[in-house]
Amino acid sequence: MEILGLLADGMALSLQPLNIGLILIGVTLGLFIGAMPGLGSVNGVAILLPVTFLVPPGSAIIFLAAIYYGAMYGGAISSITLGIPGASTAVATTFDGRPLALKGRARLALVTAAIASFVGGSVANVLFTLFAPLLAAVALSFGPPEIFALMLLAFATFVGLGGDDIPKTVFSICIGLVFAAVGFDQISGAPRLVFFEISGFLHGINFLVLAIGVYGIGEMLWTLDTTRGKIISSEAKMTVKGIVEDSKEGMRRGWKGTAIGSVLGFFVGILPAAGATPGSLMSYGVAKMVAKKPKEFGEGHPGGVAAPEAANNSASTGAMLPMLTLGIPGSPTTAILLGGMVIWGLTPGPRLFVDQSEFVWGLIGSFYVSNFFALAINLAFIPLFIWMLRMPFTILAPLIFVLSVVGGFAATKDMHDVWLMLGFGIGAFFLRKFDYPLAPAVLAIVLGPIAEPTLRQSLLLSSGDVSIFFTRPIAGPITVIALILILLPLLKVIRDRMREKKVQAG
Amino acid sequence: MRLGEIVTAGILALFSIFLMVESAKLDVGYITGEGPGGGAWPFWLSAIMLICTGFIAYNWYRKTSPPSQSSEPVLDSYGMKSFLYVAGGLLGFIALIDIISMYGAMAVFLVYYVRFLGRHSWLLTLILAIALPIAFFFFFEGLMRITMPKGLEFTEPFYNILYDIIY
Repeated sequence: MEILGLLADGMALSLQPLNIGLILIGVTLGLFIGAMPGLGSVNGVAILLPVTFLVPPGSAIIFLAAIYYGAMYGGAISSITLGIPGASTAVATTFDGRPLALKGRARLALVTAAIASFVGGSVANVLFTLFAPLLAAVALSFGPPEIFALMLLAFATFVGLGGDDIPKTVFSICIGLVFAAVGFDQISGAPRLVFFEISGFLHGINFLVLAIGVYGIGEMLWTLDTTRGKIISSEAKMTVKGIVEDSKEGMRRGWKGTAIGSVLGFFVGILPAAGATPGSLMSYGVAKMVAKKPKEFGEGHPGGVAAPEAANNSASTGAMLPMLTLGIPGSPTTAILLGGMVIWGLTPGPRLFVDQSEFVWGLIGSFYVSNFFALAINLAFIPLFIWMLRMPFTILAPLIFVLSVVGGFAATKDMHDVWLMLGFGIGAFFLRKFDYPLAPAVLAIVLGPIAEPTLRQSLLLSSGDVSIFFTRPIAGPITVIALILILLPLLKVIRDRMREKKVQAG
Repeated sequence: MRLGEIVTAGILALFSIFLMVESAKLDVGYITGEGPGGGAWPFWLSAIMLICTGFIAYNWYRKTSPPSQSSEPVLDSYGMKSFLYVAGGLLGFIALIDIISMYGAMAVFLVYYVRFLGRHSWLLTLILAIALPIAFFFFFEGLMRITMPKGLEFTEPFYNILYDIIY
């Protein structure tokens, strides 16, 4: 009951006129920053951090948290309407969001995303309120072997249940992981895979460069080729009734994904160095795994939009947990928030809940309030986003290309990456023609920088003995499930062969 | 498509070998006391890629994948034309950035695409080609404080005027 009292005080604090104004501005700004390809919550929070020195720390963090929230909602918008991930956290949203928009169901996708985000945020808020200190301790017991096992599971879901050509899927995963290894070897510090000694490769390949190349350029070239440029993005009229109907459909078909994303996203968000992007990708994988018809995922299933969207909101709240309780940021954005807290004279860590309880509960209260406003503001803007889709394709296409080029540059501020993005786009176009699935490559380039060091640290811990992934209580079961999933298609092939032989013999 | 499938697999196999060679510049084995070498991770992944291309070739030989059964061309004459126009336009766009700045190149690309590929009216073309770069300028340079390439020196007087508005 004590918690409820503190929470009520916190909410009252965030409902003060100054704070509510900041929440409204923050959520709206975040929504647009998140929707802009190449810019995500990190950019928004980093750029607006200096502005917050004008207001008291409690209001400042509420403002930044509102931007963070808004950006999580906003990322889905360009993923769905334009097919370019607005932010890294929304990469998985393109997998089903874009096909839905092409089918003329953009409104369903946007509404599902908004509702899933709201539910994900709400579930995470409740979990946060109830279990903050406890969960922080559990997350700390996740060592490199556990995290690597989780990564393996994420890849396994793509191989085992992709329904795509297996060698092509594995190829796609590996090429993404190799691209993630470009730059420097994180452990020895030696330059690695710096092709033709071009200095641009030294800073590595930013996953946004690959993601925008694949989805912004490759996918557009493919769409132009297959539809012969005659795309009519037909879309139902924006009526309240239509939105209500889509909300119902989104909830009916997306509840499972939402539930998975809300819980899984929160937990992955807590893990140090993981954050909302892996959380959303993994939730997508798991939602696909448990779906009745996994093949519908990737063709435009609301569950495929709901899972990553619920997860990225849930994870963004989860990532705040180790930041506040232990002083360890769970994502790049929370790292900046942490920096802000230090500047405001607050010391994150276990004592924060005791010494600055008003600040902490004000922040938690603001999560609830921001989440509500983010939903309302997002729903209010949906007609604008739908209107963008109604533009003729010969206007929409150049806009997407311009956004891709600008976004590719904004991500790293290097022209080298813009050229690389064009190369990836053209490569992706041809691979796509030959049925190579490209989503696994994008997943892999995001998870690669987590998977490689955790594998190497684990092997270092065990002196090269791979049994470390099987004997630890948390890592063991996860690894076994991942291996079963990877071997599943092989078993299927063997079974089919046996049948063929039987048929031939019979 | 059938020929294209095996050619693609061949190119990807060569690329995998190239990646293996590049990775092998660092240690690819297990170093006692240090764990796997710096090149091990990309090296063995590239090796898996090479094996995958082998399977893709085998599936091509058995004609099990859809592209290996198709006799359609990879790009027919319409597809080829539209690919060259669009990809060429993008190439020009990116090449122009270092000469006439990001915003200038954006305007040129929009005129090219909207007017010449899209056949829209000059009025609409010009509205888009002028309004969008300016909107992007204020968003990126003003609000987000991200500087885009300004091209060669001759664009400077023009940008000085715009910067005067921001600051």
